[in-house]
Amino acid sequence: MASITAISGRALPLRGNELDTDRIMPARFLKAVTFDGLEHHVFEDDRKGNPNHPFNNATYNGSAILVVNENFGCGSSREHAPQGLLRWGIKAIVGESFSEIFRGNSAVLGMPCFTADKASIEALQALLEKAPDTVVDARVDTGVITAGSLKVQGNLPAGVRDAFVTDKWNPTSMLLADYDTVHATASTLPYVAGF
Amino acid sequence: MPTLFEKVWNAHAVRTLPSGQTQLFVGLHLVHEVTSPQAFDMIRQHGWGVPYPQRTFATVDHIVPTSSQKRPFLDVIAEEMTTALERNCQQYGIQLFAPGDDLAGNQGIVHVIGPEMGLTQPGMTIACGDSHTSTHGALGAIAFGIGTSQVRDVLASQSLAMDPLKVRRIDVNGTLKPGVYAKDVILTIIRRLGVNGGVGYAYEYGGTTIDNMSIDERMTVCNMSVEGGARAGYVNPDEKTFAYLKGRQYAPQGDAWDRAVAWWTSLASDADATYDDHVVIDAATIEPTVTWGINPAQSVGVSEAIATKDEEALTYMGFADGQKVAGTRIDVAFIGSCTNGRLSDLAEAAKFVQGRHVASHVKALVVPGSQEISRKAEAMGLDKIFTAAGFEWRGAGCSMCLAMNPDKLVGNQISASSSNRNFKGRQGSPTGRTLLMSPVMVAAAAIAGEVTDVREMLEEVHA
Ligand code: SF4
Repeated sequence: MASITAISGRALPLRGNELDTDRIMPARFLKAVTFDGLEHHVFEDDRKGNPNHPFNNATYNGSAILVVNENFGCGSSREHAPQGLLRWGIKAIVGESFSEIFRGNSAVLGMPCFTADKASIEALQALLEKAPDTVVDARVDTGVITAGSLKVQGNLPAGVRDAFVTDKWNPTSMLLADYDTVHATASTLPYVAGF
Repeated sequence: MPTLFEKVWNAHAVRTLPSGQTQLFVGLHLVHEVTSPQAFDMIRQHGWGVPYPQRTFATVDHIVPTSSQKRPFLDVIAEEMTTALERNCQQYGIQLFAPGDDLAGNQGIVHVIGPEMGLTQPGMTIACGDSHTSTHGALGAIAFGIGTSQVRDVLASQSLAMDPLKVRRIDVNGTLKPGVYAKDVILTIIRRLGVNGGVGYAYEYGGTTIDNMSIDERMTVCNMSVEGGARAGYVNPDEKTFAYLKGRQYAPQGDAWDRAVAWWTSLASDADATYDDHVVIDAATIEPTVTWGINPAQSVGVSEAIATKDEEALTYMGFADGQKVAGTRIDVAFIGSCTNGRLSDLAEAAKFVQGRHVASHVKALVVPGSQEISRKAEAMGLDKIFTAAGFEWRGAGCSMCLAMNPDKLVGNQISASSSNRNFKGRQGSPTGRTLLMSPVMVAAAAIAGEVTDVREMLEEVHA
């Protein structure tokens, strides 16, 4: 996988705290053996219930960055939620805070979740509501997020940031390298050998 | 002075990865049909093997119908998902506890069957593509939910790239009042600390209330750690843990048992362990608790009024600020799930239900967490008590906890539920409404036809 140092594009502001993964991807769309087509069901029930939902607003079609509030992606561990967003076109998320499992799942998929303080998120969301054409540039290496004349400091966990910049964000090959150390660790665990 | 978390983490740390994360060996990997098929496809595509197939166990729980487990399932997608898991397990040599019409096996909710068979043991690292994996921490394991790409990683390498968690000690002290259960304890903790209060933490539960809890009750508490944002929750192993495990199918036997107990004992947090945070809760202040909103922190004691400015939650639920939840007419009552679908939950609810009857407008379901629980409950006659009272007695599975099978709310029905999530649309209808509470409170609501303070009805019994 190539390294990712920045993500640029138009951005979609999505207000609300605790947008859980059941809302991002309702459970009935998990009834499948692949992730194909999940992009069609992102926030489906919220969108049906609210014609003004930002994901219903064609102005934001093609957005690469999603701007959210607190504890985004809480609830179920379903990777179907970040998979759906990614397949819809989202490449990075900026928010006040994220659930840990969601943030980890997204990182593995190559979709960094930046955190920023409340005031910065508010400023970003307000700007994007007023000027949806604004191009946002999120730097993975420095965390700096630029939107027009607005500059915001975003944060990524250091491990995730370095993994992205040095193209190590797909972990399976990393976990399989030096595999003897895994067997060695296993052999020290009493239960692995049956005590 | 390390905590159990640190001891277990260090014992399983393989090496520091170039990304700076820790490569952590996974002692037990549990798999279900919803979050695994893509992971198996990925390892197949890359030509990776499964180096430790004997450390992975699988079951089918989310999509199984609970009226009959007869194959093929009527729902063709449910059947396809089950067949895919059977094929994957067969190809890689993984033990599958499959559904079966005779209900004679060990199929059940993944977080119920792990402890039940003694697969879950103290000191293990446990991962599963399911956020409620935190449940297994009740036996002193470090257990956490993972996404499908990580399921792939565990299958391919029996390890994960992880960052360590901080540890918050939560002491609950004192005696719970009659009518107050483990569910009320964890709902209170989440209300107190918030739905994201636990982000970055593992919760270590202790104190006299937790010490006095059965393992089943500790599982209820640990189960919902993730609802408070904590990826893992655990209780230090003690005599209750060992008594629970002794004689279970996958528990160590003979001399190995004694060696296991010695190792497990050594893993408990040291008396002078240091924690990143410490919270103390007085059990006497906990009431039977009910959620009124759309996340599990939005709850009140049943005698309390809602006090909020969250218009979105109030509008969705049809409540008003200042209103009590008690007295809310319910349409559905659901007893089950990995939070409260164990034998002791059913037995406690049955004790309450005996000699009473479900209100005529309520559809009431009891769904055991596993086939083993069904069999034991039936041997105790619990099924008869429930059906005589007007409950439907179903087969094992997740059922109406998330409604990926035919058990769903319709329209904006209100459900009194012993499960763990009251998110919008969680129980299968995009406008359906969920009130979380203990299984005995669900039974009380089913009988009264509305949310009711179980303590008043308990007095009736004892009077
Ligand atoms: S019972 Fe509910 S929470 Fe538990 S594993 Fe099943 S769907 Fe998830």
